[in-house]
Amino acid sequence: MRSDVIGDEEKWLAEGIAGIQHHAFYMHRALDANNLRDALKFSALMLSELRTSRLSPHKYYDLYMRAFDELRRLEMFFKDESRHGVSIIDLYELVQHAGNILPRLYLLCTVGSVYIKSKEAPAKDVLKDLVEMCRGVQHPIRGLFLRSYLSQVSRDKLPDIGSEYEGDADTVMDAVDFVLQNFTEMNKLWVRMQYQGPGHVREKREKERSELRDLVGKNLHVLSQIEGVELEMYKATVLPRVLEQVINCKDELAQYYLMDCIIQVFPDEYHLQTLETLLAAFPQLQPTVDIKTVLSQLMERLSNYAASSTDVLPEFLQVEAFAKLSSAIGWVIEAQTDMPIVGAISLYVSLLTFTLRVHPDRLDYVDQVLGACVKKLSGETKLEDRRATKQVVALLSAPLEKYDDIVTALTLSNYPRVMDYLDNGTNKVMAMVIIQSIMKNNSCISTADKVEVLFELIKGLIKDLDSTSADELDEEDFADEQNSVARLIHMLYNDDPEEMFKILCTVKKHIMNGGSKRLPFTVPPLILSALKLVRRLQGQDGEVVGEEMPATPKKIFQTLNQIIESLSSVPSPELALRLYLECAEAANDCDLEPVAYEFFTQAFILYEEEVADSKAQVTAIHLIIGTLQRMNVFHVENRDTLTHKATGYSAKLLKKPDQCRAVYACSHLFWVDDQDGVKDGERVLLCLKRALRIANAAQQMASATRGSSGPVTLFVEILNKSVVFDCKFEDSHSKLRVLYDLGLTCELCNRYLYYFEKGNPQITSAAIQGLVDLIKNEMQGDSANANPAPDAFFASTLRYIQFQKQKGGVMGEKYASIKV
Amino acid sequence: MVLVLALGDLHIPHRAPDLPAKFKSMLVPGKIQHIICTGNLCIKEVHDYLKTLCPDLHITRGEYDEETKYPETKTLTIGQFKLGLCHGHQVIPWGDLDSLAMLQRQLDVDILVTGHTHQFTAYKHEGGVVINPGSASGAYSSITYDVNPSFVLMDIDGLRVVVYVYELIDGEVKVDKIDFKKTTAATHSAH
Repeated sequence: MRSDVIGDEEKWLAEGIAGIQHHAFYMHRALDANNLRDALKFSALMLSELRTSRLSPHKYYDLYMRAFDELRRLEMFFKDESRHGVSIIDLYELVQHAGNILPRLYLLCTVGSVYIKSKEAPAKDVLKDLVEMCRGVQHPIRGLFLRSYLSQVSRDKLPDIGSEYEGDADTVMDAVDFVLQNFTEMNKLWVRMQYQGPGHVREKREKERSELRDLVGKNLHVLSQIEGVELEMYKATVLPRVLEQVINCKDELAQYYLMDCIIQVFPDEYHLQTLETLLAAFPQLQPTVDIKTVLSQLMERLSNYAASSTDVLPEFLQVEAFAKLSSAIGWVIEAQTDMPIVGAISLYVSLLTFTLRVHPDRLDYVDQVLGACVKKLSGETKLEDRRATKQVVALLSAPLEKYDDIVTALTLSNYPRVMDYLDNGTNKVMAMVIIQSIMKNNSCISTADKVEVLFELIKGLIKDLDSTSADELDEEDFADEQNSVARLIHMLYNDDPEEMFKILCTVKKHIMNGGSKRLPFTVPPLILSALKLVRRLQGQDGEVVGEEMPATPKKIFQTLNQIIESLSSVPSPELALRLYLECAEAANDCDLEPVAYEFFTQAFILYEEEVADSKAQVTAIHLIIGTLQRMNVFHVENRDTLTHKATGYSAKLLKKPDQCRAVYACSHLFWVDDQDGVKDGERVLLCLKRALRIANAAQQMASATRGSSGPVTLFVEILNKSVVFDCKFEDSHSKLRVLYDLGLTCELCNRYLYYFEKGNPQITSAAIQGLVDLIKNEMQGDSANANPAPDAFFASTLRYIQFQKQKGGVMGEKYASIKV
Repeated sequence: MVLVLALGDLHIPHRAPDLPAKFKSMLVPGKIQHIICTGNLCIKEVHDYLKTLCPDLHITRGEYDEETKYPETKTLTIGQFKLGLCHGHQVIPWGDLDSLAMLQRQLDVDILVTGHTHQFTAYKHEGGVVINPGSASGAYSSITYDVNPSFVLMDIDGLRVVVYVYELIDGEVKVDKIDFKKTTAATHSAH
C-alpha cells in the first residue's frame, strides 16, 4: 500500500517534469522567435504543472526547481525590451491576463523583479503589490513555494541602505516591511499545513512540514542580511514583530524552530542588547516547546561571543546578562514541571559555562548556579539517571577547567553539596578528576583549612561510603585511586612549618579513618612528607628558645610513630619496618637518641614478630644493618645492644649463604670510616671468622645435597673483606682439607681486602694469603663445580690484588708480600 | 651505537608524584634501545610507563618494590660491555665505592649500575665503571640531602661508552659527560 503511494508519487512527479519540459520546449521556441504572446502562453502552461496538490513537499521542490530554471530564461527575455517591444509597465499589466492564478502570480513576480530593476516605479510599490497579490494562493505548499520564489527574485532588489534601489520614497523600512510581511504570510501557511489531510497521517505531515521550515526561516536570514537593519531597528521593529508572529502562531514546531533561527541568524551583539525582550518571549511559548535547548543555544552563543574579545565584556555587565539569564532559567525550570532532571541540569551547565566566560571573577555567581542546582536536586537522594549524572559531572568539571586551580573550587560552598548527589561510583570519578586537575596544574594546597575542604570533596576515595562492600571493588581500580591520593599528598605544602604541621595532622586524621586497606598506599607519602618537614626544621633547631613551638621534630616523630603503628591493622610489617628505619635515621640527624632508639626497637620487634618470609627477612636485616651502620647518635651501650641484636638475627637467617653475607655485612657495624669511635678491628675479625665458619657449613650442606652452586663466591667475598687467619685456622687447614663454600669464601676474601685496605690492624697480608691459597685449593679439589661464576669472581679478585700491587706507593707496599 | 637509559629510585607515589615534566618530555619512545632500572619504581604504572619508552626493560628489586619478580641482581651484555645491575641496599656500607667494587668483581662486569643513595655518582674503577644514576624523581633520601632529579644515558659504541648524566637543577636540565674506554674486550675470559 505504502509502496504504491510512493510509486504513484514518482509517477506524478515524472508526469509533472514531462509537462514542464514539453511546454518549456515551446516556450524556448517562442523566446528564440521573440514571440511574446507565445512565450507568455507556454510559460503559463508550464507553470500550471505547479498547481498539483498530489506531491509531497520534497517532490514538489524538485518540480519547482525545474520551473525556476526556466523562469530565469524568461526573465532574461523580459529584461530586453528590444526583443519583445513592450514597455515594462505594459508587460506588468499584460501578464495579469493569464487564466490561472498560480501561473499568473509566478509571471507577475518575474516581471515585477524586472520592473524594480528598471526603476520605472518605486521598488516599495512593486514589492507591496506583489506581496499583497500573493495572498491569492492559500494552499500551503503552493503558497509557500510561490512566496519563496518572490523572496528569491526580490532579494537583490530591496531598497536597503547603500543599495541602488534606495531612494527618497524607498527606505530600508520598506524593505523590512516587505520581508516581514512575506515572513508572516509564509509562517501562517506553514502552520496551517498541519490541518491538511486526515488525522492519521499527522506524523508524516509533521515530518513534511519540518522539511519546509527552511523556506520560512530563509526570510529571517534575508532580514539579517539587510544592511539597514541596525541594532536600533532590530530592537524597535524587527525582533518585536518576528516574536509577535512566533508567539501568535501557537505552534510548537514553528516556535521551537523560529526561536532557534532567530538566535542563529542575528548577531550575538543584538541578542545581548535585546536579551530582555528575547527572554520575555519564552514564557509565552507553548508549554511543550523545548525551551531548554533553545536557551542553551543562546547561552552558548553568548559565551562564545564573550570569549571572542575582552572588549565586549562590559556590554554583558551593562545589560546584567547573568541576572537575566539566571532568572529566565529559574522560570523555565519552575514552569516546565515535567522537564526531566537532566534538562534542568544541562541548563545550569550552560549558565555556568556562560558565567565562567563572562564573569570569571565572580565566584559568587558560580556558587549561585551550583546552589540553584542543589535546590533543584534537593528531594532526590542520589541521582540515578546516567545522563543527568553526566551533566552534573560536566557542571562540576567546568570550574576546574576554567580556573586551572582547585583552590578556587574549594571556596565554593555549594560544590561539595552538588557532589553529594552523585552516586558513589561517579563521586569517585569526580574525585579523581579533581586530583588530576591538581596534578596537571601543579597546584599547591597550602593551608590546613583548604586540605580539610579538599578531603571532604574527595571523601569517596578516602573512606568507604556506606553501600560499597569490599568485594565489589576492582583491585586494580582501587590501587589506581589510592595511588592518586598518594600523589595528591605531595601537593599539600606550606613553607611555614607550623601550617605544614597542621596540614599533616589534617591528612593524618583523614587517612587514619579511611580503613586499613588504604593505609599501605597513604601512609608512606604522609611519612615522607613529614620527614621532609623534619629536615627543614633541623637547621632551625635551637633558634627559638623558650617559645612554645608546636612543630618540633620531636613532636612530629611522635605523630609519625602513631601513624606507622596503624599499619599493624593491615598488617603490613615490612613496610612499617622500612618506615621506622627511615624515621630512625631522620631522628639520628636531629640528634634525638631516645627517639632513634625507639624507632629501632619498633623495627626489631616487627622483625622478630611479624616478618616471617625468609626472603623478606634477608632484605629486612640488610636494611637494619645498613641503617644502623650509618647511625652516629647512639652512645656505646645503646649501640652495643642494637648491633648485638642485628648480628644475632643475621646468624639466624634460614639459608647459610644469607647468614654468611648478613654476618659479614655486620662487620661494618664495628668499623665506620668517618667515625673515629667505631673502629673495632677485633670485632670485625670475629664477624668475618664467623662468616667463614658459615661458609664452611654452607659447603658441607651443599656437598651433601650437591647441585647448589656458589660456595667459592662466599669465600672470595670474605677474602675481599680481608682477615687475619689465626693459627687455629691454619692448623685445621693443614690437618684436613675442610670443604668451604667457594663463592661465599670469595665474597669473604673481598671483605678481608676491604678491611686490609682500611688499615684494620687485625687484618694482615698473611691472612689474605691464607684465604687466597685456601680458595685455590678448594678450586682444585672442587672439580665437580661446573659453575663458572665463582671462578670469574676469584679471577677478578686476583686481578684486583695484582692491580693494587702494581699501583706502588703505600697500597703497593701493603700488597707486596701477597702472592697470587 | 646503542643508547641505554639507566635510572632508578623513582619512589612514585611514596616520595614524589611523578617524574619531572622536563624529563618526561625528553624521554620519548623509539630512541632508547635498553632501559636498566635499579629499582624502587614503586608502582606498576611506572613500570608500564618505562615499557612504553622501550620494551627491553631490565629491573632489579628495590626495598620498596612489591613486585617480587624483580631479581636482586642482574647482568646483561650490550655490545662489548658486560653490565651489572643491583639496587644497592644489599651492599653495606651504602654507596661505599669499595664495597660496590667488590660487587662489580663478583658479577664480573665492566659497568656496575646501582642506586639507593639518590646521589648521582660515576667512578672509573680499576678498568670498569661504577655508576649511580641518582633518583629520577628527585625523591627524598635519608642518605642524601637536597636530592636533584637525575638519570643517566649511556652511549655504547664498540669499546667506548659515553655516560651522559642529566640533572634537573633549579628547573633547568644540566647535562654532564663522562667518557670511558675499555682497554680490552677479553679481560673476562681469564678462566
